[in-house]
Order: sequence, then structure tokens, then C-alpha cells
Amino acid sequence: MAGKSEPITNQTTTILPNAGPVRIVLLLIALALLLVAPFYLYPIFVMKLLCFALFAAAFNLLLGYTGLLSFGHSAFFGGAAYFTAHAVKEWGWSPEFGILLGVAGAAGLGLIMGAIAIRRQGIYFAMITLALSQMFFFFCLQAGFTKGEDGIQSVPRGELFGFIDLSDATNMYYFVLGVFLLGMVIIWRIVNSPFGMILKSIRENESRATSLGYSVTRYKLTAFVMSAALTGLAGGIKSLVFQFATLTDVTWQMSGEVILMTLLGGIGTLIGPIFGAGIVVTLQNYLATSDFPVTIITGVVFMVCVLLFRRGLVGEFYASRLGRRLGFNPDN
Amino acid sequence: MITIFGVPTAALFGQLLVGLINGSFYALLSLGLAVIFGLLRVINFAHGAQYMLGAFAAYLLSLWLGLGYWSALILAPVLVGLAGAVVERTMLSRLYKLDHLYGLLFTFGLALTIEGTFRYIYGAAGQPYPTPEALAGGVNLGFMFLPIYRGWVVVASMIVCLAVWLLIEKTKLGSYLRAATENPILVQSFGVNVPLLLTFTYGLGAALAAFAGVLAAPIYQVSPLMGSNIIIIVFAVVVIGGMGSILGAIVTGYLLGIAEGLTKVFYPEASNIVVFVIMAIVLILRPAGLFGKDV
Repeated sequence: MAGKSEPITNQTTTILPNAGPVRIVLLLIALALLLVAPFYLYPIFVMKLLCFALFAAAFNLLLGYTGLLSFGHSAFFGGAAYFTAHAVKEWGWSPEFGILLGVAGAAGLGLIMGAIAIRRQGIYFAMITLALSQMFFFFCLQAGFTKGEDGIQSVPRGELFGFIDLSDATNMYYFVLGVFLLGMVIIWRIVNSPFGMILKSIRENESRATSLGYSVTRYKLTAFVMSAALTGLAGGIKSLVFQFATLTDVTWQMSGEVILMTLLGGIGTLIGPIFGAGIVVTLQNYLATSDFPVTIITGVVFMVCVLLFRRGLVGEFYASRLGRRLGFNPDN
Repeated sequence: MITIFGVPTAALFGQLLVGLINGSFYALLSLGLAVIFGLLRVINFAHGAQYMLGAFAAYLLSLWLGLGYWSALILAPVLVGLAGAVVERTMLSRLYKLDHLYGLLFTFGLALTIEGTFRYIYGAAGQPYPTPEALAGGVNLGFMFLPIYRGWVVVASMIVCLAVWLLIEKTKLGSYLRAATENPILVQSFGVNVPLLLTFTYGLGAALAAFAGVLAAPIYQVSPLMGSNIIIIVFAVVVIGGMGSILGAIVTGYLLGIAEGLTKVFYPEASNIVVFVIMAIVLILRPAGLFGKDV
């Protein structure tokens, strides 16, 4: 039906004065849990979870705070994984520079894809990003450095800053945790900056933002590149965690997965995507041993989320009576 | 051997035919997408799955009921169209008042569910579907060999595209559809049952996809993944053509199929991505698409 519709979300996590202590306590508990997690859980699993959580949070920066649905984020995630893996394995770069290359590569890809895609809005934007990422998929399938169907195998983790041996699982875990927290702090800063406010105003009403004198196109492109770069950060560390980079990460199914994580957790909430990623990754791990295809469950969860709780788990909690009493009041 | 630009004519016309056949499917599918989008403002991500369902309906009708190709060509679109109408009525219609992206996400979930289910039951491998006897064999046109079935696919898709275009542009029902696209509230206040019209439109789009699926069954085999492979290309076709025009969607579909076929002759490495490259160029030069109005 034609006409102006509601924006994709208008959830915002504003820090209300009375929410201070509750939030800080919850944050400290979460941090403590993350610090001791590798002693109780399989470290690779937690690291995978952190990579996808950062991926989803970076994606949400675009969908939740700018209102742009990208269906092509797998290009940045998988692309960065390839760049990092190639730099570390073939050129012998140290892990930190390998990851930086992944971030830079993803940002560059984001600049190209974003510049083309923001020429159209809404639904077209989603379809164009999907098509462009599919083009990147075919590029990766045929390019030499990606090793085609095999992918880049046995990538060395190397030594961080030249003296921390990352082949040790504990060292690797705290490195990944550090990168994850850094990424989250960056996202939190962006969202709560004047720049982030302008992004939200574009999400709420693009024409009004234009009429106020903001160059909407430039802000959208900047947000797109930032989101791509942070996605690249997640993809880069993932290739070091698993020590390989393959085509799986550049498929459109991967783009769909990150959308699901964000939707399930709560579009436009800072921690929603982390929960969403946690649930989806756990579910995949659980189903990996059975022959029941994950796609059926993924598809059903998608439909249920869209039909019944579009705010996502965290968003619904914020809006619930308990959530409001604790001061997590979504401001709509 | 006669050659054009160093390419044997037989190979050239052969690839042109392949391109034309792919173009027939692109045209049918992008037509359905454009019809649905025009009225519902929903990008039907499940379109590929409905195309696959059409092919599977033909396969299962023959397996379970012994029905042949010709009855499947009628029955499969009807069945898939009805299933689409049920989905629209019970679920999709709840999303119209929200951001259009939710419609895309819902149909994406629907596509994953349908494809996952069929993959679970029938595996990823393709099931063969026989070419109908009346259309078996081929004719030698002098410059190339034309399998009759492939010629039929091109002709059948053109007829259906033309029929749908006539339905929308020249009939009373079509005038309601076009009016409801412009202003649904006003049309409703004239006593037209717009929600029913929306259900019909979604069913029609799904039926078109299923029709394409039955046509494709003897050529590509019946596989659960046949839809997800084609749908992204069709999205690009729709972006290139611009969603504003029904005729634009049809013409763009055929043209891009042919462009893809020609690329296979002259630069095979790029044949997978030529549609996407064209999309990027069109977006840079003419963001609204070749036939589109500015949105």
C-alpha cells in the first residue's frame, strides 16, 4: 500500500538517570562472565559467538540507527576474512596488521557498494546491496587468492605485537574479547554522538533531515562505511579464530543470518544483536550434529519475529513492565 | 564454418537461444515481482521459492496422480497461487501498515522455510522431469539446431507476459488494480474490495512464478535450490528495469537474458556477474532504472 509508513524501528536506548546503577551492575556482571567464560565453555565457541555478536552489532549500526537494511553485509564479513587470512598467511603479516588490512578492505568495499546503493532508498537499497554482494561472491569464487572452493586453509594465528603467542587458546580468547569490547565501545560512542543523533533523525524522517540542511547522502554513506569497517573487524578476527577463510562467509545466506540475529535480539538496541547472535550461534551448534536443516528453523523464527515481536527479545524486555521499572524505557 | 567476430555462428546462436530462454524466466519472474510490488509494496523474496514450488508441484502431480505436463501447466500455478493467497490473507496482510522492509524480511523467512523443508525431504540433488512427448525432438533451422521444447518455452512465456499485460492495462479488473496502486483508500471508498484485490494480486504473482517453474522443470530438473539461484538475478533485473512499469519488467527480463548469453560467448568468466555489472552501471547513470519513475 502506498503512502508513508512507520520507520523500521524507533527504539533508542537512552541512558536515563535512574538507570545508572542497574546498568552498571548488569554491565559488570556481563564483563565478569565474559572474563571467566573460557574456563567453563569451549573457548572456540565463545570466540565464535563474540565474532558474530560484533558482526550483528556493526550491522545494527546501519539498520537500527540509520534505518538502512543492507542485504549484503556478508561481503564485508567474508571479504575481510579473506584479506586478513591472505595477509597473515601469504605475506607473513602480524595478526594486528592483518586485521587492520581486513578492516581497511571492508571499508573500501563498503565505500564502493555504499556509493552505488544509496542512490536508491528503502527496499531498492536492500535489493541492490544483495545483488552487489552476490557479485562479490562470484568474484571470490573465481579470484586466485581466495583459493576457490577450498578457501584459505591453515592460517597461522601468529604473535600479537610480536610477543603474545596467539596459538595459545587463552591468549587468543582475551585478544578476541578485547577486540570485541573495543568494537562495542566504538559503536556505543557513534550512537551516542551528535553524528549518531543525525543518523537517527534520518531514520525517523529523511526528508525532514534534508530540509534541516543535513547532507543525508553523505551521512548515510559514512554510516555505511563505518558499519562495513566494524563488520570487517569481526570478519578479520573470525579468520584468525578458525584459521581459515571460505566462501561460506560471503554467501547471501550469511547476510540473512546477521539480519536474523539483529531482528531476534532487537533492532536499534545496543545489546540486542549480541543476544540474537548468541541464540543463533548456540542453535547452530546444537543442530550441527543432527541432520535437521537449520534453515527451516531460521525461516520460521524470521516469520515469527516479523509477525509477533518486531521489537526483538531485548526490545520487548525494555518495553515490559519490569524493564520500565528498571529504567530501560524505550522513549516512544 | 561461418564465424562472426571469430565465434562460430552455431555457438553464437546457441548461446543466444540459451540467453533467450533464461530471459523468458527472468521476464516471467520479474513480471510477477513487479505486479506484487506495484500494489502491495512488498518485495516478494519467496518468489524464487514459489518458482521452485511450481516445478515440484508438476513433479509430484506426475508422481502421485500420474498427471502429465499439460495438466501440470494449469494445475501447478493454481495450487501455488492459492497457497500464496492463503499466506497473504493470514500473515502478509498484517504487515502492510509497517515499514515495507518487514514484508521483505517476512517473505525471506518464508523462502528459507519452504526451501529448507523441500531440501530436507528431497535432498539437494535435482529430480528429472521428462519433456512432454508433443514437444520432444528438434528442428534444424539451417544456421542452428532448435530443440522444440526450448522454442516452446520462449513462445509460452511471451504469450503469458502479453496476457498479463493486457489483463492489467485493458480490463476492468486491471483498471481497479491500477487505481488501487495509485490510491487504495479512494478506491476502497468507491466500494471496491481492496483487501481482496491485494490477495488476488499476491496469488497471481505466485501463480506466475509457479508457471515459470513448470516451464523450467524439463530443462533444469526439479531441485529445491533452483529458486534461490535465480531470485537474486531477478532482483537485479527488477532494479535495472525499474518497478514502475509492467512492460519494462518484461522487456528488461528478455534483454538481460540475451546479454548474459552473449557474455557467455565472448567473455565466459564474466557471465555470472554481467547482470550485476549492468545493474551498477544503470544505477550510476539512471538511478530510477531504465523504465522507472523516480521514487
